[in-house]
Amino acid sequence: MKAYKIIVLAKQVPDTRNVGKDAMKADGTINRAALPAIFNPEDLNALEQALRIKDRFPGSTVTILTMGPGRAAEIIREGMFRGADGGILLTDRAFAGSDTLATSYAISRALKKVKDFDIVIAGRQAIDGDTAQVGPQVAEKLGLPQVTYVEEIQKIENGKVEMKRRLERGVETVSCPVPLVLTVNGSAPDCRARNAKLIMKYKHAKTVTELQNSNEDYLHLYNDRPYLNIPEWTVNDIEVDHAELGLSGSPTKVKKVENVVLQAKEAKVITSADSDIDDLMRELIESHTIG
Amino acid sequence: MNSVFVYCEIEDGQVAEVSQELMTKGRSLANELKCKLEAIVIGHQLEGVEEQIFPYGVDTVHVADDKRLFPYSTLPHTSIIVKLFEEQKPQIALMGASSIGRDLGPRVSSALHSGLTADCTSLVIGDHLDKKQDKNYENLLYQIRPAFGGNIIATIINPDCRPQMATVREGVMKKQVLDPKYKGKVVKLDVAKYVSDADFAVEIIERHMEKSKVNMKGAPIVVAGGYGMGSKENFQLLYDLAEVLGGEVGASRAAVDAGYVEHERQIGQTGVTVRPKLYIACGISGQIQHRAGMEESAQIIAINTDPEAPINAVADYVITGDVAEIIPKMIKYYKKNTK
Ligand SMILES: Cc1cc2nc3c(=O)[nH]c(=O)nc-3n(C[C@H](O)[C@H](O)[C@H](O)COP(=O)(O)OP(=O)(O)OC[C@H]3O[C@@H](n4cnc5c(N)ncnc54)[C@H](O)[C@@H]3O)c2cc1C
Ligand SMILES: Cc1cc2nc3c(=O)[nH]c(=O)nc-3n(C[C@H](O)[C@H](O)[C@H](O)COP(=O)(O)OP(=O)(O)OC[C@H]3O[C@@H](n4cnc5c(N)ncnc54)[C@H](O)[C@@H]3O)c2cc1C
Repeated sequence: MKAYKIIVLAKQVPDTRNVGKDAMKADGTINRAALPAIFNPEDLNALEQALRIKDRFPGSTVTILTMGPGRAAEIIREGMFRGADGGILLTDRAFAGSDTLATSYAISRALKKVKDFDIVIAGRQAIDGDTAQVGPQVAEKLGLPQVTYVEEIQKIENGKVEMKRRLERGVETVSCPVPLVLTVNGSAPDCRARNAKLIMKYKHAKTVTELQNSNEDYLHLYNDRPYLNIPEWTVNDIEVDHAELGLSGSPTKVKKVENVVLQAKEAKVITSADSDIDDLMRELIESHTIG
Repeated sequence: MNSVFVYCEIEDGQVAEVSQELMTKGRSLANELKCKLEAIVIGHQLEGVEEQIFPYGVDTVHVADDKRLFPYSTLPHTSIIVKLFEEQKPQIALMGASSIGRDLGPRVSSALHSGLTADCTSLVIGDHLDKKQDKNYENLLYQIRPAFGGNIIATIINPDCRPQMATVREGVMKKQVLDPKYKGKVVKLDVAKYVSDADFAVEIIERHMEKSKVNMKGAPIVVAGGYGMGSKENFQLLYDLAEVLGGEVGASRAAVDAGYVEHERQIGQTGVTVRPKLYIACGISGQIQHRAGMEESAQIIAINTDPEAPINAVADYVITGDVAEIIPKMIKYYKKNTK
């Protein structure tokens, strides 16, 4: 049986889903410190699809590729605790200010360096930028077909992947030859939990930078157990045209950002008493809002 | 002056709602820029489709008709648009932020190296002074969109690359026929020149599409329920109220996720946007992503047990109490007062 080399694209994001009372400051702006950095939710769905391929085709490998600041190595470890074999951190100041096009360019160049892969799996959308553009753009830059909104990979046979897509108004089953890029929907199965054995095995996995900044007593471990070294790539490790990176490589520019500030309207306050509801309905009928 | 282009999606021979909305917007942008509005339709059996398109003020419609082009698949549609845009060099290109547009748009923008702004809620023309280069750009498209889970609103511009591409969700722009008799010209594309065999690598094995049964956008009254409704059974109260008032039932995402109601009723940033005469929010906390889809309603009633619920800040009437008690009373007193 064939084994597959799978790359999962994952992004570390601020948890924008739980912007509760403490996450908004009194002036209505976002208190970023109150938002934990998490594994982008749909990238966990993507990881699960990858791990299922590995379950079905022993010998397959799952590698997480993330572009971001140094701390994004956290999600590589998180992925390893759940069953990924390793990861690559793509990090460089030159990537700062990237729009989706410059992001996909950098990611596609890193994938060119990886070279040997069959399936790239991304999440549909990141919860901070919210664009859902990186997956399809990576596919285009690599000249590979793309399949978006995947909910389930049903089978892989004769070099073709068959999968179910969840669309706005229905479902579609498609078949696509490898290599390909697919993006996974939030409606796909949740990712399996961390595994205690894997946590033991990988908890000390670190990038070079993390290792330099730590006072690790067991440096020899990193020679004896190569899987503890998380590769860290900068622009110097990938073949790139610098003009295509970061701000200069980004056609879109953010001209202005406004925080959404909630301003209270003058509202009429009503109780659940019969007389109040009676009055309300009468008022709405008289103003021709209803009736 | 280069044109404004709209990609028209086709469903059952009908131009999709979102594309009609974008043509309406495209026409007003084209008027402001004093340029032409053009459309591109890709599919099969498209004879006469222009009759649905011209009334929105489209000057030229490009038609790519071939049996391999329906149902939609990414690669052939991308190849056609990329080549057409290379020939026509539009200054602006608009697509629906639909399952199709969000699959196609990024691929096209990557191939053309043009920017793409996702999920715009507003598109306006404006100038931009680049202070670093001391260069003034006239008549750029300001692409305004929520990001960061809806907590910020960003204005995005694309000064140097063309086209300036944007996607917009269904229901965000208003649709309006310009002139039922408006006539433009039809250009039939020689499909073989635009696609290659390699574009058909992805094979569609099976497809089940459902026609949308609900019409929330057209409803004058929307009765929406949230997680606070507590159960699928309690949602029946909302159908009852909507029925007596002549409205539609909508929902928050938490209610959809909990399985109380089907997804197509979701209102908000990742659902539909509604602007009814009256919006009744029942057991909805009013998170920013939900409000994004309803706060332009003319009148809002919020029913919530929590007097501090954020929805109250956008409401005209705040009813503090339990939905299970209040909704039956609303039905009762509506009936009493209309007798
Ligand atoms: C306010 C604001 C608005 C923006 N609007 C736009 C815009 O309209 N158009 C635009 O082009 N850019 C925009 N950007 C920039 C955009 O957010 C970044 O380019 C971002 O790096 C990628 O986009 P995303 O977060 O939308 O990812 P998405 O495209 O939503 O991500 C999809 C998938 O791609 C993969 N992926 C994405 N980023 C990474 C990564 N760094 N490492 C590994 N995998 C990754 C993940 O699998 C993810 O699930 C905006 C940024 C801000 C701050
Ligand atoms: C990227 C992104 C996109 C999103 N898109 C959308 C979207 O399109 N639409 C959307 O709605 N959400 C969206 N969300 C989710 C949104 O953030 C909220 O989680 C969601 O709107 C909450 O739904 P809710 O108000 O029904 O539930 P909750 O927040 O759980 O609120 C329930 C409310 O019911 C009240 N309540 C409880 N019991 C009763 C009772 N018996 N009687 C009266 N009141 C009661 C409670 O006080 C509470 O205020 C999105 C989130 C993200 C991150």
